[in-house]
Amino acid sequence: MIRKEAELILEIRNLHASVEDKAILQGVNLSIRAGEIHAVMGRNGSGKSTLSKVIAGHPEYIVTSGTVKFQGHNLLELEPEERARLGVFMGFQYPVEIPGVSNLEFLRVATNSRREKRGQEELDTFDFEDLVRERLKVVQMDPIFLERSVNEGFSGGEKKRNEILQMALLEPLLAILDETDSGLDIDALRIVAAGVNQLANPQNATLLITHYQRLLNEITPDFVHVMAAGKILRTGGKELALELEQSGYDWIDKEQNHMEAK
Amino acid sequence: MSSQNSLGELVSQPYKYGFVTEIETEKIPKGLNEEVIRLISAKKEEPEFLLDFRLKAYKQWLNIKEPNWAELGYPPIDYQDLVYYAAPKQTQKKNSLEEVDPKLLETFDKLGIPLSEQKRLSNVAVDAVFDSVSIATTYKEQLAEHGVVFCSISEAVSEYPELVEKYIGKVVPPNDNFFAALNSAVFSDGSFVFIPKGVQCPMELSSYFRINSGDTGQFERTLIIAEEASSVSYLEGCTAPMFDTKTLHAAVVELIALDNSSIKYSTVQNWYSGDEEGIGGIYNFVTKRGHCKGKRSKISWSQVETGSAITWKYPSCILQGEESIGEFYSVALTNNLQKADTGTKMIHIGPKTRSTIVSKGISAGNSSNSYRGLVQMGPKASGARNYSQCDSMLIGDKAAANTYPYIRSNQPKASIEHEASTCRISEDQLFYLQSRGIGFEEAVSMMVSGFCRDVFNQLPMEFAAEADKLLALKLEGSVG
Repeated sequence: MIRKEAELILEIRNLHASVEDKAILQGVNLSIRAGEIHAVMGRNGSGKSTLSKVIAGHPEYIVTSGTVKFQGHNLLELEPEERARLGVFMGFQYPVEIPGVSNLEFLRVATNSRREKRGQEELDTFDFEDLVRERLKVVQMDPIFLERSVNEGFSGGEKKRNEILQMALLEPLLAILDETDSGLDIDALRIVAAGVNQLANPQNATLLITHYQRLLNEITPDFVHVMAAGKILRTGGKELALELEQSGYDWIDKEQNHMEAK
Repeated sequence: MSSQNSLGELVSQPYKYGFVTEIETEKIPKGLNEEVIRLISAKKEEPEFLLDFRLKAYKQWLNIKEPNWAELGYPPIDYQDLVYYAAPKQTQKKNSLEEVDPKLLETFDKLGIPLSEQKRLSNVAVDAVFDSVSIATTYKEQLAEHGVVFCSISEAVSEYPELVEKYIGKVVPPNDNFFAALNSAVFSDGSFVFIPKGVQCPMELSSYFRINSGDTGQFERTLIIAEEASSVSYLEGCTAPMFDTKTLHAAVVELIALDNSSIKYSTVQNWYSGDEEGIGGIYNFVTKRGHCKGKRSKISWSQVETGSAITWKYPSCILQGEESIGEFYSVALTNNLQKADTGTKMIHIGPKTRSTIVSKGISAGNSSNSYRGLVQMGPKASGARNYSQCDSMLIGDKAAANTYPYIRSNQPKASIEHEASTCRISEDQLFYLQSRGIGFEEAVSMMVSGFCRDVFNQLPMEFAAEADKLLALKLEGSVG
């Protein structure tokens, strides 16, 4: 939902970042307002996943220049946990398994750390169980997954549902979903997408990182950005994604060659 | 933020039990010879049999070489440069707590082990050992009503000499190994527990060992006897001040379980481990062994080892009685330059004996942590079973973990299962937890306590939470 007067949630200016001394982001500009759904598309290696990791604060990604503002906070100065408490959420492409740590306990500690920042009271184990059982419905997840260790032995689809469950509990202002559609069959994709749609509201924003149109058939973006070589090359409405689906990414090479020739 | 660095900082935090109690101490001169042993025995007014036991052990010790097979690599210890007996003065025969030096009571208060009647733990009887002597035992009278004897071993020697003579050195003979022989020759004090036939000990028993003197060797001896159809749960805790010299600690623990009895022995070991450069700390060479003598008897060891510069310790079970059960649950955390070589021996002698080994080693800093275990199936152990699980967790990239399982079977109808795994706390796991709002320290501590959960579940309830806290404390520090 595009409202020009809506609050600016995320503002990225001329962002450059590298990993292991290799420059990946080369001047990204992006503004996201409350209520909006953005999609960043691009080929492998275009820098779209790097963008999500830099916003979330992964320690391996070094910002070399540029700014990232989140509701007026300088995000780049904050530890990943502080970003999360303020309402930044990243759904991982490959959620890691954490043996021995109970999923339920993990969800409770995470939820309480966000609640504390928002000035809400801490939930004890009983109140939290009630909340988590209600939110499980968002992703049609079996409560049995709460008893297990975090993501341990979960299938690809179960891991992604667990990500959206975390999103449902943390109620982020900005949800970045990094290739959430990868490795999902169509049923699982629909469940995950339905969850994301349920959670989107006029106060929060969603940033989808994806390779394919098929996720955007389920979640309709307000803006589509095409990334290549660490920059946003083009921005358009949802029709841009359809155009990409038909013509592929080859035009990017032409456009880039053209730009370099200039 | 570099996770490697902050991990390093996180696992090194100051030792909070490092204070020294200023108290007048009676010490004998340094050095070890027959005269010293006679002097110790005389000071303790021991019966003839015990002096003979000590002298025999001393002669055997002279002929045993110090073991060097464990991967510990410590500089040679000069056994003539140690004091073998130290005791706080005026502690002769205390009849009640009111007569104990308030400084000693204060020391134990500070360690979180209040002894006075008003403050003492409600369901735990405590024997407090300060340097070489036991200074107080709580709830003695209440236990006596059930026929349970819980006192210092010195007291047992004078009050129940026939029991001591019958059992001492039977599970761990003096010539068993170098450190056991040394302990048998010079042991100062320790705890004694006797649970008579048919009695379920009504409360947790606990000994708390405190080393205070710097140049004094610590040699306690613990003896626990559970008669037919009895049961007891016992916990020992240990701390020591920070000195820049090494302190030697060589204890012997013997457990005897008769028919249908059960002994649960838990340890939370937090001796001073030395500083980041490896200066100071306790050398902990301990021989612990339980004898499941009776049918369907059970001995269960659980230990949380976090302290000491060097740990050399293998709590073991001799499973002689038919259908007897041995268990070993261990968490060993090493950091900085700490070295631990620990594990167990399960010696299956009787038929249908069973044993379970769960060992969790966590190595951080430049430390090294080895599991060493033996499972032996004797020719009569038909239908015996063992299950072992040894997991190692590495924090940072300079720590080492080793696993040495030894398996010997002379019985085709015995089954032995061994599983081992090694994992590292990865940057990705930490980032995942952090990206959900969980702070760095809490993230590490969640993963470590998750890793140790199987073992913590085995600790007595009162202490499980404490052990969890202890590990968290050990891992606490500034986040870089």
